[in-house]
Amino acid sequence: MITRAARPAILTSVGILLLAAGCGGDSDDGASEGETVTVLAASSLTETFTELEGIYQEEHEGVDVRISFDSSSTLAGQAIEGAPADVLATADEATMAMATDADVTAEEPQLFATNTMVMVVPAGNLAGIVSFEDLNQEGITYIACEESAPCGALAKTLLDANQIEAAPSSFEVDVKAVLTKVELDEADAGLVYESDAVASGDKVETIEIPMAEQEINNYPIATLTQSENPDLATDWVDLVLSEEGQGILGEAGFGAP
Amino acid sequence: MTGPVIGPVIGPGAAYLDADFVVRRGDFVLDVALSAEPGDVIAVIGPNGSGKSTMARALAGLVPVTSGRITCRGTDWDTGEGQPVQVQARNVGVVFQDLLLFPHLSALDNVAFGPHSRGVDKTGARRTARAWLDRLGVGELSHRRPGELSGGQAQRVAIARALATEPALLLLDEPLAALDVGVAMTLRVELARHLADFGGVSVLVTHQAIDTMTVANRVMVLDEGSVAQIGSPQEVAQRPRTDHVARLVGLNALRGRSSGTDVQVTDAMSLTSVTPFDGEVFASFTPSAVTVTLEEPTGSARNRWQATVQSVVPHGEAVRVHLDAGQALIADVTPASVARLSLVPGRAVWASVKATEVAIYGTTPSGPDARLPSRHV
Amino acid sequence: MTSRKGVRVDPAVGRAPLLLVLPALLGLAVLVLPLVSLLVRTPWSTMPARLVDPVVLDALWLSLLTSTITMALCLLLGLPLAWVLARTHVRGRALLRGVITVPLVLPPVVAGVALLTAFGRSGILGAPLRDLGITIPFTTTAVVIAHTFVALPFFVISVEGAFRASNRDYDLVAATLGADRWTVFRRVTVPLALPGIIAGLVLGWARSLGEFGATITFAGNFPGTTQTMPLAVYSALQSDPEAALVLSVILLLVSVLVLVLLRDRWLQQAAR
Repeated sequence: MITRAARPAILTSVGILLLAAGCGGDSDDGASEGETVTVLAASSLTETFTELEGIYQEEHEGVDVRISFDSSSTLAGQAIEGAPADVLATADEATMAMATDADVTAEEPQLFATNTMVMVVPAGNLAGIVSFEDLNQEGITYIACEESAPCGALAKTLLDANQIEAAPSSFEVDVKAVLTKVELDEADAGLVYESDAVASGDKVETIEIPMAEQEINNYPIATLTQSENPDLATDWVDLVLSEEGQGILGEAGFGAP
Repeated sequence: MTGPVIGPVIGPGAAYLDADFVVRRGDFVLDVALSAEPGDVIAVIGPNGSGKSTMARALAGLVPVTSGRITCRGTDWDTGEGQPVQVQARNVGVVFQDLLLFPHLSALDNVAFGPHSRGVDKTGARRTARAWLDRLGVGELSHRRPGELSGGQAQRVAIARALATEPALLLLDEPLAALDVGVAMTLRVELARHLADFGGVSVLVTHQAIDTMTVANRVMVLDEGSVAQIGSPQEVAQRPRTDHVARLVGLNALRGRSSGTDVQVTDAMSLTSVTPFDGEVFASFTPSAVTVTLEEPTGSARNRWQATVQSVVPHGEAVRVHLDAGQALIADVTPASVARLSLVPGRAVWASVKATEVAIYGTTPSGPDARLPSRHV
Repeated sequence: MTSRKGVRVDPAVGRAPLLLVLPALLGLAVLVLPLVSLLVRTPWSTMPARLVDPVVLDALWLSLLTSTITMALCLLLGLPLAWVLARTHVRGRALLRGVITVPLVLPPVVAGVALLTAFGRSGILGAPLRDLGITIPFTTTAVVIAHTFVALPFFVISVEGAFRASNRDYDLVAATLGADRWTVFRRVTVPLALPGIIAGLVLGWARSLGEFGATITFAGNFPGTTQTMPLAVYSALQSDPEAALVLSVILLLVSVLVLVLLRDRWLQQAAR
């Protein structure tokens, strides 16, 4: 027998549970105007995708674009765990393969850009670094991404290829963190993408890494199976692959796919 | 002068403890003067709010004086100007009303705390502490925590703790108030003995009349921040100059204007005595001198008033009746009388006192400057 | 009279109202479910092998080392600070207390940024230090500084509360017995505030152990030097989720162990 006093308690509890459920999983709403498109993008795509966001919203009135920039591996993990997103764009194919293997990609991923790794030093280059080998010198502090992230994997490859024995002082969570610390002159050098060096402008100076042109990262993009608006998601992918999108990527320092 | 003397011998004319000060706290003003010699035990009594605690705190150094001075053994403790001597630098022992034994230390370490803080090494301090606890009769309880002691035991430890530093001035704030009557009675006698042996000055703040009788050799009565009366316990008890003390000692003391043997207490009430005097007087008579009757008395008692019974309380073998005759009066009657007259609150009665039972004494206090001879003379 | 669960109920008090019991159970579920799931999903069979993995050992050792040093600093710096707040009449005490509370509510990453602006190579204090050849970021010292920055407020607030709650009269008593202010602090104030001090240490230690945002932003992430347990978990999460689980469970068990050990001590103190 449910007492009168119990009813409010039960209703409250049920209400909380419904809310929680509603916030999470799929709903069966069809695609329509007034919806949102959620894009999971590697942090190296911050500036370019933000610019594309503006263009997309002009073309799709009433649609809200939400982009989450983070380390590719983190984003892939989120997509695999069922995060409510529509598109995934990673900084290398290995990370996208994780998502594909887990069957969360709705279609075959398409390559939309490439990126080369460069070394950046703080503006002014107080440490006087002239070449990649200088990293081996005593007293030089340099940082790179975490090895589980595409930029970290690439950095490790290049460091090994160039026989750099000195270890980085820190493995940052994503490439933007590396870039920021170099900009702030907290490290003497950092390994980032060419696009990041371009984005940073005057705050850093760029030094080429030998053999970097042989080890480039291919950027794949794919819509996700959990997308609630597959048409809008495909529109985004098309925009990225379009002449306009490719132009923006190229200006930012990305290579053609 | 016979009797123990502590510390450097002071020149003639300088008292061991010499205090004459004013403390202003908000609207309250305390203005007292006191001088004492080693061995004096001074009881400070008075109604709540009269300034007893403030006075004790000023002597201890817990409250600075606004003006005046406190001097002990020739050293100025507080001159009202500059910085007063810090508490820890004064040689004062305090027994607090709520004891405040350190809960995290054993009885022994509590007592050893003082000597140890003043520079004695740990073992020596503990030895001194044990000696004091033995002297107070609680040596066996050295290792107990305050939480494991009874009221009386804790009180003894507190006294030992205060005495262990061999202070020049000992302050006791209502030391027996929290104890059961039986325990208090035993402890009171012991306290009297310890204070008698104590070579410094003791100041005892209390609201229990019996403390003053048993323990003290001088009594100071405070009323609204000033000294209302000062004298020996007997003096104060027999000739109270305040309502508070009169009530405390269970005496009827009425203040009035006397011309000849007629004392006008209020417009409505007057007294006749056998002592001719002109001026402000106190007229006192004991409760047993008061006769309570239902009808107007026919006897020779010249003082008779109508009164209403306020309360009836057993008092030893008699019964104490509190009356309202315009002034508050106390009468002691036999239990048989209570029954015969059916004395219950509200009863209308007559109270009468013989003129010969009335004692007359002046209203001027003995004066704060009056120095009664120390009992060691 | 029995409740629906068959538990005997005090007739004078009655059953616990459903309006309170249901949300309480929900709250309990929110807390317990993730912890239970963690224990269930942990690859217990591979635990022994993983426990000797240098990455795991490095992280565990680093976490324990930095937390312990942080606690020592909290005692050294926090006790006096709490005492000043509680016992002195410094003007602007309320403001001081407010300032001390700010790191409590600051997002950890913001704390990391703030630490960089102070101690980074271009920082206010860091720049002059750099000229002397001393850099703080990317060192274990940086980890300790970050941990202290976030843990100290917990400690100070807890201890200040304890100082204020304890009877100041005991301080007075000690003074009348001839103790100077330092002796009073040492022998009376601190012993009487001990339960609060221990509570503050536990809170601070827990906060320090779980510190992530400020550490990774200010001190960086390098195994053996700055990669504390939380950072190791984060790093492992993408590349080796099982390692992340193992690290998480170890952290959980260590925390529970310390809480259990301290809880007994706590009860002992409270019983006095």
